[in-house]
Amino acid sequence: MSALLTGAAWGLAAASLIAVAALIGVWWERKVAGRIQMRFGPQEAGPAGLLQTLSDTLKLMLKEDITPTAADVPVFRAMPFLVFVPVASALVVIPYASGWAPFNIATGAVFFLAVPGLSVLGILLAGWASQNTYASIGGVRAAAQMISYELPRTLSVLSLCLLAGSLSTGTIRAEWRWWWVPLTAVGFLVYFISSIAEVNRGPFDLAEAESELVAGYFTDYSGIRWAIFMMAEYGGVVAASLFGAATFLGGGLGLSGVPGALLFVALTALIATAMIWAKWTFPRMRADQLMTFAWKVLTPMALVQLLAVGIALAARVVLS
Amino acid sequence: MSLDIESRSSTLSDDGMPVEELVVNVGPSHPSTHGVGRVVVHLDGDVVVKADPVIGYLHRGIEKMSENRTYLQIVPLTDRLDYVGSMYANWAYCRAVERLARMRVPERAEYLRVIVCELQRIASHMMGIGASAADTGAFTAFVYAFDLRERVVELFEALCGARLTYNYVRPGGLSSDAPDGWEESVVDFVHALPRKLDELDSLFFGNAIARGRMKGIGVLSAQDAIAWGATGPTARASGVNWDLRKHDPYSVYPRMDFDVVVGERGDAYDRNRCRLLECYESARIVEQAVAQMHGGPVHAEGVPRLIQPAPGDAYDQIESARGTLGVYLVSDGSPRPYRMHVRSAAFANLALLPMLAKGHTLSDLVVVLGSLDPVFGEIDR
Repeated sequence: MSALLTGAAWGLAAASLIAVAALIGVWWERKVAGRIQMRFGPQEAGPAGLLQTLSDTLKLMLKEDITPTAADVPVFRAMPFLVFVPVASALVVIPYASGWAPFNIATGAVFFLAVPGLSVLGILLAGWASQNTYASIGGVRAAAQMISYELPRTLSVLSLCLLAGSLSTGTIRAEWRWWWVPLTAVGFLVYFISSIAEVNRGPFDLAEAESELVAGYFTDYSGIRWAIFMMAEYGGVVAASLFGAATFLGGGLGLSGVPGALLFVALTALIATAMIWAKWTFPRMRADQLMTFAWKVLTPMALVQLLAVGIALAARVVLS
Repeated sequence: MSLDIESRSSTLSDDGMPVEELVVNVGPSHPSTHGVGRVVVHLDGDVVVKADPVIGYLHRGIEKMSENRTYLQIVPLTDRLDYVGSMYANWAYCRAVERLARMRVPERAEYLRVIVCELQRIASHMMGIGASAADTGAFTAFVYAFDLRERVVELFEALCGARLTYNYVRPGGLSSDAPDGWEESVVDFVHALPRKLDELDSLFFGNAIARGRMKGIGVLSAQDAIAWGATGPTARASGVNWDLRKHDPYSVYPRMDFDVVVGERGDAYDRNRCRLLECYESARIVEQAVAQMHGGPVHAEGVPRLIQPAPGDAYDQIESARGTLGVYLVSDGSPRPYRMHVRSAAFANLALLPMLAKGHTLSDLVVVLGSLDPVFGEIDR
């Protein structure tokens, strides 16, 4: 019973973190995109437009929640949550401090990679239940993409598990040494790119490619359900950035105390900003190019990384 | 209303399951249709089997309306043909009227017409490249292109007060002379332009993903381009060296030194890149025209308010941003044309879409459509 209550509390905390991160993240993305495009971004609501997202969220909540008559109603209504919950649950295994994660289970890395993957199902079914051609195509594209990119992403994280000798995320952070950074640089790159694909953001946003599919799998969603899809996307960005900073970069590069915590937050923000930067700079890839990139470029890169880590560890054993 | 183009073919798969083509309706209200175009796409998996453009959503009957208006009243109607390049339609129509009524146009007016039309080419090509960029998801390149377009639109606003429908070129000349200091701001603009175009070039055309999306997509051979009546950058990208400014010179173009940009492969990348490179040439022409221009009247003397050409017909054509834009006029001696017809380049270019899109994916279809740079005001008329 108490475990259930703790779980519920952490779930609520994760959902709140995503809500806050989405509020700030959307504002930050619009500001960064604005600067990239020689604009200012939001600046009217609140200081520097900080309240713009709040106003947009309120607008979305007050909007009519439309369900198409042809839709598979229960599935259509439930799918935003099936997308959001797995993404939010990824936050409970992230090592926020050295050796500590809210759910410090022995297989934290597996949990982090596998459970958010369930949201593929939600996206596929959201597209299917809409009974809309654009949405169906978007859902199928998203499923193919997310499953393909899971492989290089998993392989890249596996290098860290090998180095730490553990699947526990807390242990990975505790075991982190500075020489991991040059050794796993390629793995980090693979992790970064495949994370963008995993959360369906540009240049891999072809599941919602607005120029072809209007809005992809959430074409028919409106109001708060649409907002939940958006929150899931930002939740994915936050989770991927936090995990990248906490494991590949050892939190605050191994620093402890307040400077370490500040550096951890700064590195997380840096990774998230790099994702925004990529989205607003690159055009969108085509489905077949995306697949080729995952299977012929990223996966071999991740495998080579794994091999390099293996050789380094073996050499260490031999030399010592 | 059901159209037979929507009927889908049904076959049986190897294990006896009925397999149907997926029919996707792109438009008439869709983010990538450049206005109100509509394409009914038949997909086999993700591959386009058939792509049928359905036009007419923007038909306003401009040609028919013209029969009930005086020659001067038609000029604002021509603004609404190609609303991305109104100056061209103005000029093509006025050239036809001038030929019909045997008017002479003062030299300063001819120079100003060349200047505004070359500026218009820059604005229109920026719209075409920007829309293509947005179609491939490069939204930042779209904003950069629109920034340049905005500069031109501001120049036009200073010139004639309008930002979209200029109504500037009139039979016999222009509506008004350029305001004081306008020529200097034009020169400033074209001097700054090449650097800005370089920026857009490296941002969009230099990007590996953008190249991958556009290279080898929708390849148009030179023979097909000629056979289908394609003109403008669409034909030139396929290696067809055909530009009315050079090969059927009009106005003061023979005095200008510029190159015709010709592509090689005829794919979506070449079509869009041709547009970009043409902007450099347009800047050169504008610079020369401003330098050569002298003061003087901008409207012919003695043009009556009510133009009544002698019975007969006249056709004249210019090189618009989309290709050959021709206007055919028939007069019965009354103050209103008996018949007016527009030869629209965008219409002929759009007709290539089914051929070019076939065998590509749905994602490529929007790239091909964007690279043809359709403007439905001119297609539907």
